Amino acid sequence: MTPPRRGRLLWALLALSALLLLAGLAAGGDGWSPAGLWQLLQGPDAALIVGQIRAPRTLGAWLAGGLLGLAGALAQGLFRNPLADPFLLGSASGASAAVVAVLAAGALGAQGVMPVAGWLSRIGLVAAAFGGALGGVLLTLLLARGAQHTLRLLLAGVVVGVVLSAFSDLITMLVPEALRGRQVFMLGSTGYLGWDSCALLALGLALTLPLAQRLSRVLDALVLGEDSARSLGLALPQLRLLLVCLLAAATGLAVSQAGLVAFVGLAAPHLVRRIAPGAHGYTLLASTGAGAVLLLAADVVARSLIAPQELPVGVLTALFGGIYLLWLLSRQREA
Amino acid sequence: MTAALRARDLRVALGGTTVLHGVSLELHPGWTAVVGPNGAGKSTLLRALAGLLPRQAGQVWLQGRPIDDWSARQRAQQIAWLAQQGQAGGDLTVRELVELGRLPHLGLFGTPGPQDQRCVEQAMLATECAAWAERPLRQLSGGERQRCLLARALAVRSPVLLLDEPTTHLDPPHQVAVVRLMQALARQGTVASVMHDLPLALQADRVLLMHAGRIVASGAHDDPALHAALTEVFDHAVRIERVGERHIALPNL
Repeated sequence: MTPPRRGRLLWALLALSALLLLAGLAAGGDGWSPAGLWQLLQGPDAALIVGQIRAPRTLGAWLAGGLLGLAGALAQGLFRNPLADPFLLGSASGASAAVVAVLAAGALGAQGVMPVAGWLSRIGLVAAAFGGALGGVLLTLLLARGAQHTLRLLLAGVVVGVVLSAFSDLITMLVPEALRGRQVFMLGSTGYLGWDSCALLALGLALTLPLAQRLSRVLDALVLGEDSARSLGLALPQLRLLLVCLLAAATGLAVSQAGLVAFVGLAAPHLVRRIAPGAHGYTLLASTGAGAVLLLAADVVARSLIAPQELPVGVLTALFGGIYLLWLLSRQREA
Repeated sequence: MTAALRARDLRVALGGTTVLHGVSLELHPGWTAVVGPNGAGKSTLLRALAGLLPRQAGQVWLQGRPIDDWSARQRAQQIAWLAQQGQAGGDLTVRELVELGRLPHLGLFGTPGPQDQRCVEQAMLATECAAWAERPLRQLSGGERQRCLLARALAVRSPVLLLDEPTTHLDPPHQVAVVRLMQALARQGTVASVMHDLPLALQADRVLLMHAGRIVASGAHDDPALHAALTEVFDHAVRIERVGERHIALPNL
């Protein structure tokens, strides 16, 4: 029977989250060490290192992963495609283009080249990434003339992605000083997460997850096809637009705080469906948990593997995600 | 008596091609089977009657009121629609699928109550899919899934049921069961179904024959004019014969 399996998965995700949150507190410059954490907690630097650096970073990674998992489940439900990704509608390229623009403006402003550049650089990278992600999705919606047609929406997302990436490349070519910042953003990082980021991410998750779950029956109905969903009295164009807005908000918020962390949004709902498939109300919740666990696990590994150096968390998620997809592909071929 | 559904001069185009050419009809309580060759416009007619397709011209009335005057949710409470070879993949269990039938009554934010649960249980019992209630749909065969989709339509408990090929994928015992179910439902409301199986269609109270986007004949199963039109439209590939009280269609081999 499926429903008890769903319950077991949710409990397992909760237990894994608790373990990883503790592991996150124990991962530092000396690698992963619970004994080191105990010693640190006895010492005078506990409030600073654990309270102000490791704790918000750990919690922030968990929350950002949760938002990416939620966005992935929304994207896959909305497009009825198990390979849909939260970055599909131009949010990644939009955020990247905005970050590059702000970085370039900062460099130009410092040189006094352009008066407007100084003003632009004051926007801040976090706000630029969030605005850029939402702007990218908005552009996609404008090109697709709303969210009525899935295929048109996907095609518009691809076009926006290509054009905005080209825009980012052009700026980086003209202002090479923006290249390093862009690279850090593209690789994803949890290193800059503080308590403000945690508050923002928690607020975002508290707003988007319950609303997404309320709209989960729309995704369930879409499984039957467009006409059947409409025959149930659902106003699909408006509801789809609302779902796209939720997807954009969850992705934009995660991206603005942790950069472009690849594969978490794709892999989390996939894992949930493989282990214990179910209706979207449950899938959205479980994918949020799975995304949180995946990103936090990758973060703990990224911090511990070559300590005191750190790996960019996005590199690890992309590496593991790629291997997972290859394994999946080979299993399907065998089947 | 007001017809549950009435259409006048209904004209519908799909992709620039006119598929329905000024169709007029009335659906009263009872079971109406819509038959005709492939491409005759049967499914398009049902979709247009359900308000799922834009009309080029003509009007549809639901319970005496123009269909456009009903809100989408009100309309969904009045008409349950079953798609032709409906999709039912995904990760839903049978119960979760059938519960979707209560959406028109609950809306997105409503919580199912005992009455909704009763409707879901009865719909699953009527279509003999209660035994797999907790099984995922993807583990079921085509015929089993079709019965679940039919249960989803029944769970709406609407006065009008529009079913596009409800017997597709079903084995003969379950085809007969669905025909008996439609006959039972027709005693309480209005049922219209597109049927490809002429012997089953001739069990309906009324048969509506379509050809090239028009209704060319309609009548009871024993109407000789209907029999003549059926033979003509199906290019003499079938013949109608009387067996006891009923008529059946046989292939002209």
